[in-house]
Amino acid sequence: MSDTRTPRPDWPLYEVFIRSRAGLEHKHVGSLHAADARMAIEHARDVYTRRMEGVSLWVVPAAQITASDPAEADALFEPARDKAYRHPTFYSIPDEVKNL
Amino acid sequence: MSAAPSHPAALEQARLQFVLRLGDTSLVLAQRLGAWVGHGPALEEDLGLANLALDLLGQARLLLSYAGELEGTGRDEDALAFLRDAPEFRNLTLAEQPNGDFGHTIVRQWLIDAWQLEVYGGLERSSDARLAAIAGKALKETRYHYRFSSGWLVRLGDGTDESHARAQAALEALWRFTDELFSPDEAEALLATAGIAPDLGELRSAWVARIEADLLAATLRRPQAAHYPWYGKRGVHTEHLGHLLAEMQHLPRTFPGVQW
Amino acid sequence: MYTQALDTHGREPAPGAAEPAAQRFQARIDADEKIEPKDWMPEAYRQTLVRQIAQHAHSEIVGMLPEGNWITRAPSLRRKAVLIAKVQDEGGHGMYLYSAAETLGVERAELIEQLLAGTAKYSSIFNYPTLTWADVGAIGWLVDGAAIMNQIPICRCSYGPYARAMVRICKEESFHQRQGFEIMLTLARGSPAQQAMAQDALNRWWWPSLMMFGPSDADSRHTAQSMRWKIKRFSNDELRQKFIDVTVPQAQFLGLVIPDPQLRFNAATEHFETGPIDWSEFQAVLKGNGPCNRERLEARRAAHEAGAWVRAAAAAHAAKQQRRSAA
Repeated sequence: MSDTRTPRPDWPLYEVFIRSRAGLEHKHVGSLHAADARMAIEHARDVYTRRMEGVSLWVVPAAQITASDPAEADALFEPARDKAYRHPTFYSIPDEVKNL
Repeated sequence: MSAAPSHPAALEQARLQFVLRLGDTSLVLAQRLGAWVGHGPALEEDLGLANLALDLLGQARLLLSYAGELEGTGRDEDALAFLRDAPEFRNLTLAEQPNGDFGHTIVRQWLIDAWQLEVYGGLERSSDARLAAIAGKALKETRYHYRFSSGWLVRLGDGTDESHARAQAALEALWRFTDELFSPDEAEALLATAGIAPDLGELRSAWVARIEADLLAATLRRPQAAHYPWYGKRGVHTEHLGHLLAEMQHLPRTFPGVQW
Repeated sequence: MYTQALDTHGREPAPGAAEPAAQRFQARIDADEKIEPKDWMPEAYRQTLVRQIAQHAHSEIVGMLPEGNWITRAPSLRRKAVLIAKVQDEGGHGMYLYSAAETLGVERAELIEQLLAGTAKYSSIFNYPTLTWADVGAIGWLVDGAAIMNQIPICRCSYGPYARAMVRICKEESFHQRQGFEIMLTLARGSPAQQAMAQDALNRWWWPSLMMFGPSDADSRHTAQSMRWKIKRFSNDELRQKFIDVTVPQAQFLGLVIPDPQLRFNAATEHFETGPIDWSEFQAVLKGNGPCNRERLEARRAAHEAGAWVRAAAAAHAAKQQRRSAA
């Protein structure tokens, strides 16, 4: 075994999302490597659901995920912060008024 | 669990033998798979093989516990697993064959998974409620095992030239043990008549159809039929089982009569 | 699971190089904010994490071997099942950790190559042999016990993916220590031969378990930096002391003797004090001269090399399927 060879690339990376119970949404739980999507489902099942944590699995090749750029976080998310009028607590309603 | 109705002794003996055959097959296969953990071709496959081993071990425990009750001499799952010698084991000869390379392990697994699909499937309708319940649970596990093993069979058969050659070689080496899978003996015939076990002979064609479809997808050749009769089901094994049991049984035999 | 903080320091930031970005970063850490994969981070923070998480992952994988050694010889079917499940969990933990490391821009294949080449470190404890069934119990009780001490604080470390992996690991870890202690308890209450087996295992695993926490970091400026970055939350000595205080009463309950004639309870400090730890043994093991270093790496190399044709087959098949569906 040579010391300087480049490692043969691993199987592609997949991100794993699990719905743990009917009624909940799929949540990101981690990643794994698999040669194809069918294998990725099996790996996700074997790695992430040993303790009855799943009713549904999504696996997505990591390369297919588009993420927002943290450098643009201000432009993307800051404007929403000063629009408090989107939140119910912005409005004062007298206590005697019910059902609002 | 209901009390056993009064059947003739031959039927009860057949029932016990059959339960041992199922339980020992799962146990021996689990023991083989357990040796892979930490040595698999990828981390993910270590977990996958361990999952198979755990399921099969669970089946073995349920079946051997039942066998101990049927036998009625006070032997529990551990007494049966650790204190019987090879001639008393009733596993399929195929199950005790060595792991070999990953291709060998996958082919062995796939052949038995396809067998268990038929047998557990038939047992779901067994007049023996205990067996039906065990089979129902095991069938779900087996569907996943079969998905895993047949998936790998296709990847290896239709992968690289090397993987194809290794898979074909494994097939050639293991095919001769498949006759035993669906050749019912008098015990199994008795059980089929009593509605306790499915008619193994009738299950063969379904198994063959499934196997041939998988071989086609895997671009592998079905080997020539070999007609040497194997009798693992009756306690006549290959040399491999002795070594497997020596390793598995070492501790309880060295320190008899203690709790672990 | 087994973070010994072995040589995990990245490059020290140059003194006076308090760029605005680094200051903002430290402010986020001080405010207990989590750092996520694409966030700006000092290169030394990133490198420290990659090394620490990778060592942790390698430890889980190598850790499968000493216990895996007893799967085929477990003395009851129940013990066999529990042991397979535990070793399977350890493989899973390695996977969670490699996943966390990969979020920092490194490939798993590269990390594994470093392990197999002998240039990456992993916890010293796995370079000791499992000679009897009692060793399986001792590992669960002592080694997993020590690991839990280390891991729980890391659930609150500053790097999100690492913290989340640790939360998952800690949840799964809880049965590992209990199964080990249960084995020891059964042996301690068993035949004279079994009791002797248990005592012998404790004799061999006690000191290496204490060494798992790493040498005293009183003089280490790297520890100070890791603490400032909330990668490390407690010192090695603090964690080791906690482990000793918790474990000695457990040994007493088992009726086993800790192999340390100088062990005593200090009523004033309310801590157990041990005799001196032989750090030269620790250094030797780290350098590759422990009882099993060679065997552990050879086993991992053999598995990796024997598996190359399998991994290649899966990749080739996937490529064929893609071409067929594109055609």
